[in-house]
Amino acid sequence: MPLQQKHLLGLEGVSAADIGLMLDTATTFREILERPIPKVPTLRGLTVVNLFYEPSTRTRISFELAEKRLSADSVNFTTSASSVKKGETLKDTIRNIEAMKIDMVVVRHQAAGVPHFLTQCVQAAIINAGDGMHEHPTQALLDMFTLRERFGRLDGLRVAIIGDISHSRVAGSNIRGLMTMGAEVMLCGPKTLMPRDVEKFGVQVTCDVEDAIAWADVLNVLRIQLERQEAGLFPTMREYHAEFGITRQRLERAKKEITIMHPGPINRGIELDADVADADYSVILDQVTNGVAVRMAVLYLLGGNEESVS
Amino acid sequence: MNDIKKAKALLLHGGEVCDAADGNRQKIDLLIAHGRIEKIGTGLEEGFHGEKIDVSGCLVTQGVIDMHVHLREPGREDEETIESGCAAAMAGGVTAVCAMPNTTPPCDSQEVVRFLKKRAEEQLVEVLPVACITKKREGKEITEMAELVKAGAVAFSDDGSPVVNAAVMRAALEYSSMFEVPVIEHCEDPHLVAGGQMHEGWMSTRLGLPGMPDIAEAVMVARNIALAEYCGGHIHIAHVSTAKSVEYVRRAKENGVKVTCEVTPHHLTLTDEALIRYDTNLKMNPPLRSHEDVEALLVGLRDGTIDVIASDHAPHSLEEKDVEFAAAPFGILGVETMLGIVLSRLVQAGELRLEEALRKMIIAPRQVLGLPLPRFQEGEPANVTIFRPEESWTVRKETLHSRSRNMPYEGWELSGRVYGVLNRGYVWTAGL
Repeated sequence: MPLQQKHLLGLEGVSAADIGLMLDTATTFREILERPIPKVPTLRGLTVVNLFYEPSTRTRISFELAEKRLSADSVNFTTSASSVKKGETLKDTIRNIEAMKIDMVVVRHQAAGVPHFLTQCVQAAIINAGDGMHEHPTQALLDMFTLRERFGRLDGLRVAIIGDISHSRVAGSNIRGLMTMGAEVMLCGPKTLMPRDVEKFGVQVTCDVEDAIAWADVLNVLRIQLERQEAGLFPTMREYHAEFGITRQRLERAKKEITIMHPGPINRGIELDADVADADYSVILDQVTNGVAVRMAVLYLLGGNEESVS
Repeated sequence: MNDIKKAKALLLHGGEVCDAADGNRQKIDLLIAHGRIEKIGTGLEEGFHGEKIDVSGCLVTQGVIDMHVHLREPGREDEETIESGCAAAMAGGVTAVCAMPNTTPPCDSQEVVRFLKKRAEEQLVEVLPVACITKKREGKEITEMAELVKAGAVAFSDDGSPVVNAAVMRAALEYSSMFEVPVIEHCEDPHLVAGGQMHEGWMSTRLGLPGMPDIAEAVMVARNIALAEYCGGHIHIAHVSTAKSVEYVRRAKENGVKVTCEVTPHHLTLTDEALIRYDTNLKMNPPLRSHEDVEALLVGLRDGTIDVIASDHAPHSLEEKDVEFAAAPFGILGVETMLGIVLSRLVQAGELRLEEALRKMIIAPRQVLGLPLPRFQEGEPANVTIFRPEESWTVRKETLHSRSRNMPYEGWELSGRVYGVLNRGYVWTAGL
């Protein structure tokens, strides 16, 4: 059965069947990545533009690699929004790019809703690679893929997301995806970084990281940004580490094995201690590897016209 | 649109005249001569040789006034002009508008007030300038209020921005109270809304948009009430949008503070849930709030806490709105649809009695501004709105008279079709 969407704007409203299909497809591509020549001709002739209005290293490289391994033609458009502001509008930019016969657009932008807006501007399939504080669906898919690989299931799994929930699109997509797939989700962070009414997602909320650790099978630890401190949302990095940092000591107190995830890049010694990040119960590098496979799956499922799917 | 004509000799017959001041209604005819009501009665056709207008099925009321309109002139004539704004008002059954001062240059001098009055001289719709509270709307020094009132300003406001400095606001309230004109405040704490794009709550969390919490409005409302209570000035709260603001105003009124407030049709009929598709035509400030807020606004409207319904008509160009949500300016059109939305979504929906609705769009705004009330009496100027309460119409962007198109009501079925308006010696009919 084909995917029930034309675009991947987020995981809100995406069915368990569709998420399952994306994860299953990624399993196939994960195997391909282990081959001596990890490349297939599946999307030959398809052109993808990677439109990045925000600095990104790993997500952009991950998408680019996924496109290359599927034999798609890809072009990169990387810019800072401030320089764009003086020039043409986003709508003009995307329509000009589409006029060069583009099939798919991977977009990252600091403003929420930009992928939605692009669907109203052009015919191409749109993949959200992170929009403001809204969603980052491929990150959540690769997180779920990694968890499914490790635990064999998502249903009933207890995932605690730790940190700056308010500004995190990683949390935004993980909450939605995990809830759809039957996992339990707990959010943990300073009250000033917890979005309003977030419990309406059906998640649990705590400000005590030890409670979260005691409860969870998995900790997905978010990057804390210096600009939140500068905005006065928490006092110091030192205090953040003391109250919310994931340390070996805290994990040992739980007396059980806990899987550690992080979307990267890590602030070692702040949200996550170095020895925890590098421990054998950390799957952070698996996440990165799986990211390519998951993005291949998404590109394949959305980009495939009837012939290339078959 | 039909052009306006001199109301030299007109007979409005067959309609029901409704006095918005007391709600009294009677089937009676009006004979208009040179812009004045010459006779009120029946059987006036005899010996009458002027134009007869059959208004059967219509309600004939005093002219609707919209006390919160952005005409954009001078400065952004691409978005609206006095002429196009007045045309939109007429089509919406509105015979007077307050022009908000956040123009370029802002209305902070006699020259700009006079410019507005001069430009609107030939209009059927009366343009009532609201002058700035502070020079250049910078929130620092109060304007020459005495001179501005003499030039024709009916109120003061830095609309679009609040006066953040409480000492400046205190001075504005004290100083303006000498002339008995209200200070209209756009209540918003700038630090609490910093970067905000929509109401803060479950929907902003879902959409990932920075929030504008209800407290940003409420703390400013509370501050202004405290200031007005202390110095005796008249504070008018523009576009209240939160349950908390309504509650603060209600309590202040009970305590005898000279506070009045207005609410927009969109804050009474839409919630933040409408933003699910990031439609920039639903982006305004204050933002669309929660269901609970809408309920509280309706209660406040019914119990008299909220005095006025006004549109906050805020035209923006297509280019400015056809962008990603964060980049779009705040504001939507409203003067042309206010009466229709109030009549169908409030009156017909059973939320507000017709008499109350008309009071809040005809009588109360003039009382807030200290303006004379139009009266159905022989010898009085004819300032009249005529509409068919039962006739429905569909809102279409392409038929709007504004120069802009930024409104979220496309396709809405409204009742209360405007038949025509009379004011300042002119008559305009929609040609129905």
